[in-house]
Amino acid sequence: MSATKSLSPGQRAWMRFKRNRRGVLSLWIFSLAFVISLFAEVISNDRPLIVVYQGETYFPLLQNYPEKTFGGDFETPTDFLDPFIERSIREGSNWAIYPLNRYSFTSLNYFAPSPNPAPPSAVNWLGTDDRGRDVFARLLYGFRTSVLFALALTAIGVVLGIVMGAIQGYFAGRVDLVIQRFIEIWGSVPELYLLIILASVFEPGLLILLVILSLFGWMGLADYVRAEFLRNRALDYVTAARALGLSNLQIISRHVLPNSMTPVIAFLPFRMSAAILALTSLDFLGLGVPSSTPSLGELLAQGKANLDAWWISMGTFGVLVALLMLLIFIGEALRDALDTRRG
Amino acid sequence: MHWIHAVDKPPHNSPLMSIRNLSVRFATDSQTAEAVQGVSIDLYRGERYALVGESGSGKTVTALSMLRLLPDAQTSGQVLWQASPQSPAQDLLSCSDREVRALRGRDIAMIFQEPMSALNPLYTVGEQIAEVLEVHHGLSKREALARAVSLLERTGVDEPQRRAAAYPHQLSGGQRQRVVIAMALACSPQLLIADEPTTALDVTIREQVLELLLDLQRQEGMAILLITHDLPLVERFAQRVGVMQQGRLVEQKPTAALFSAPEHDYTRRLLASRPQRMVGESSDGAPLVSARQLHCEFSIPLGWWKRREFVAVDRADLSLRRGETLGIVGESGSGKTTLALAMLRLSSARVNGEIEFDGQQLLGLQPSDLRRLRSRMQIVFQDPFSALSPRMTIGQILEEGLRLHFSQRSRMERESQVIEMLREVGLPEDSISRYPHEFSGGQRQRIAIARAVILEPELVVLDEPTSALDVSIQQQVLELLVRLQQRHHMAYLLITHDLAVIQAMAHRVMVMHQGKVIESGLTQQVLKQPKTDYTRALIRAAFATEQLSAEPANTLENNS
Repeated sequence: MSATKSLSPGQRAWMRFKRNRRGVLSLWIFSLAFVISLFAEVISNDRPLIVVYQGETYFPLLQNYPEKTFGGDFETPTDFLDPFIERSIREGSNWAIYPLNRYSFTSLNYFAPSPNPAPPSAVNWLGTDDRGRDVFARLLYGFRTSVLFALALTAIGVVLGIVMGAIQGYFAGRVDLVIQRFIEIWGSVPELYLLIILASVFEPGLLILLVILSLFGWMGLADYVRAEFLRNRALDYVTAARALGLSNLQIISRHVLPNSMTPVIAFLPFRMSAAILALTSLDFLGLGVPSSTPSLGELLAQGKANLDAWWISMGTFGVLVALLMLLIFIGEALRDALDTRRG
Repeated sequence: MHWIHAVDKPPHNSPLMSIRNLSVRFATDSQTAEAVQGVSIDLYRGERYALVGESGSGKTVTALSMLRLLPDAQTSGQVLWQASPQSPAQDLLSCSDREVRALRGRDIAMIFQEPMSALNPLYTVGEQIAEVLEVHHGLSKREALARAVSLLERTGVDEPQRRAAAYPHQLSGGQRQRVVIAMALACSPQLLIADEPTTALDVTIREQVLELLLDLQRQEGMAILLITHDLPLVERFAQRVGVMQQGRLVEQKPTAALFSAPEHDYTRRLLASRPQRMVGESSDGAPLVSARQLHCEFSIPLGWWKRREFVAVDRADLSLRRGETLGIVGESGSGKTTLALAMLRLSSARVNGEIEFDGQQLLGLQPSDLRRLRSRMQIVFQDPFSALSPRMTIGQILEEGLRLHFSQRSRMERESQVIEMLREVGLPEDSISRYPHEFSGGQRQRIAIARAVILEPELVVLDEPTSALDVSIQQQVLELLVRLQQRHHMAYLLITHDLAVIQAMAHRVMVMHQGKVIESGLTQQVLKQPKTDYTRALIRAAFATEQLSAEPANTLENNS
């Protein structure tokens, strides 16, 4: 025993993870990109962040101001891309701070130098799509949607998978048998057809996709958790816990579950990448979110429809590949770190 | 069974194999571990040599590296092999792979601890024996198979013709080990390396396999290198003994000399570690716990609807007083663990009969009432590695029961209780914030004992508490258990397969065989005057010395 502080098995796994430079780097880049995308409104928007107009301060990001405020003619919300408004905001002592990219994911560039889809230019860094929307903005917001959706889907899948797997593995016997048969039946429901049917019944949206994909996404994980529980429940420390007088719930939560989390954690990044791919392909097929929502799949579909507009497909392809690769590198590092057979 | 003539004179001629200054290193990611350091051993023709040591002492690594069976190891030194006294010596460590391969199986054969994993489950045992003959002697398939059958016959397998066509899983453990021995003997090797050949077998089978080895050795005149940690076995089997500790050969002597006058400190400790009796007579008083006609059954599903009933414990009676230890002894599958778990209502078997704990009927008690009783009866398991949850600190492990049963005590009180308990079982105070993986097997067993005893139980079930530990640690743990019993006046239900442990600490003993209690009584009485053959076999396996000294005439004859 050394004099240094004791490390829990989790902390030791984290130390092993940190030794994998590719995994750590990937985790950093991914986290950074995700945090940046959370502030997408500040980075890429069609409104200025702050406007000081005739001595008064406005925050168009937080509040809608009618065009009249800035010397326009109408009560409608201000279009800050309108050259007239732009000029009046800059006149005299007035000033404004603009986001890095002056377009949001829905804003159209009415003043594009070339017809839509327009190639990359100083105004639209990655060009525009066939409706004149800024590709960079759509990629940024689409990235955020994908990652958030994947996080939510993974979280729900993990919770459902753990609960079902834990019940099966811990109680085993007849309970296990019944749930296992249910999983077999449920797992053979054709998911894609169900999605196509439901997409024609309901207004497609992120929420309905989340619900449907969650209904089917927990089964793989439940199998792993079940196997871990079946293994761990037979170990002496569980019997010892029973001999101490703990209830089933206490034994599961304090003893079996913490020792059964390895496959759950090791699979997290892979489940995320699978969720991102699922959303992208559904959007690509037009079964996913409505086209007003920024989405990588919808951009890919546009790229396919406009093969000559290489900037659409290349940009989307780049983001998607980078995102999936980062997740896979993180996943590999995590898997190696949790593998106790290695040093 | 006549073990006595095992101790005859070692033949003195030129060495068959001579290990000179052998060192073995394993390179891991971070450091190189030296498993064997400068070991020199001469093995003579027709000699029985035993290499003894605890787990991790390097005895198996020595044997494996002699045959270059450890591809990851870096070896230095010499292993000189001299097939006949006239032929030149050959260094096995420096000759070509082909030359070593030709020796393996033909001149030097090996048998392993676990016969199941040493056999290929996809081939019949006859085919596997025949394969050796085909490879080394170029026999045809038909000839080889016929030879295999006769080999099986020689190793005492009944119905050899039929067994040769059987697959490994269709044979019992003892039969499998006989097959492995037959395979090793196929080419009449000059040296047989036996790595814990009997450890995985039951006592009665162990005996037969040993006798077989001894018989064959005499007929064939081969040398046997026995690797083991089992001292009674060594005493009966070997002519010379080498003792290994932490990769070094610390002592090497003829068996009788070593056992009567060990020189090295470690050897003395190893010999002294055979448990001595530590308890006196048991006290009188009303029984704390008793079972009447306890019957445990498992039902094994044979298909969708069909089930087969398996009786694990067949109408056993027992009673146990406060401060007393009742030992239950038997081999694996005798039902002793099922019985003990049933006593605490921890068994998954269907239990019938009566269990009375301090005036309360345990069977039929509501789960919540039972949980309240739990602090008064605790359990310590065999394997200290699976008995502690790897994700909890020692403090959390010890405090868990206290939090549940003594929730009225404050956190400070509980923590000081944990620290006191750690001191009582002989662990440092700072263990409290450490995790199980930082402790050795013996220390973990102390933690498991502390977890049970901290609840101030009246009954503790000890399920093979020392059999996963090295011999030198076993004694310490047994001493600790006896000390705790005397201080806290607990009743122990001690499950073991080793009569030496029973002898050390049980007041009374029950012998179980195939689910039935076949003998019971005061420990001293049962050990001195066993009534059944089975008990006698158990006694022989546990105490070789006593048996030898009981018949001194023979021993002297053979040693002179």
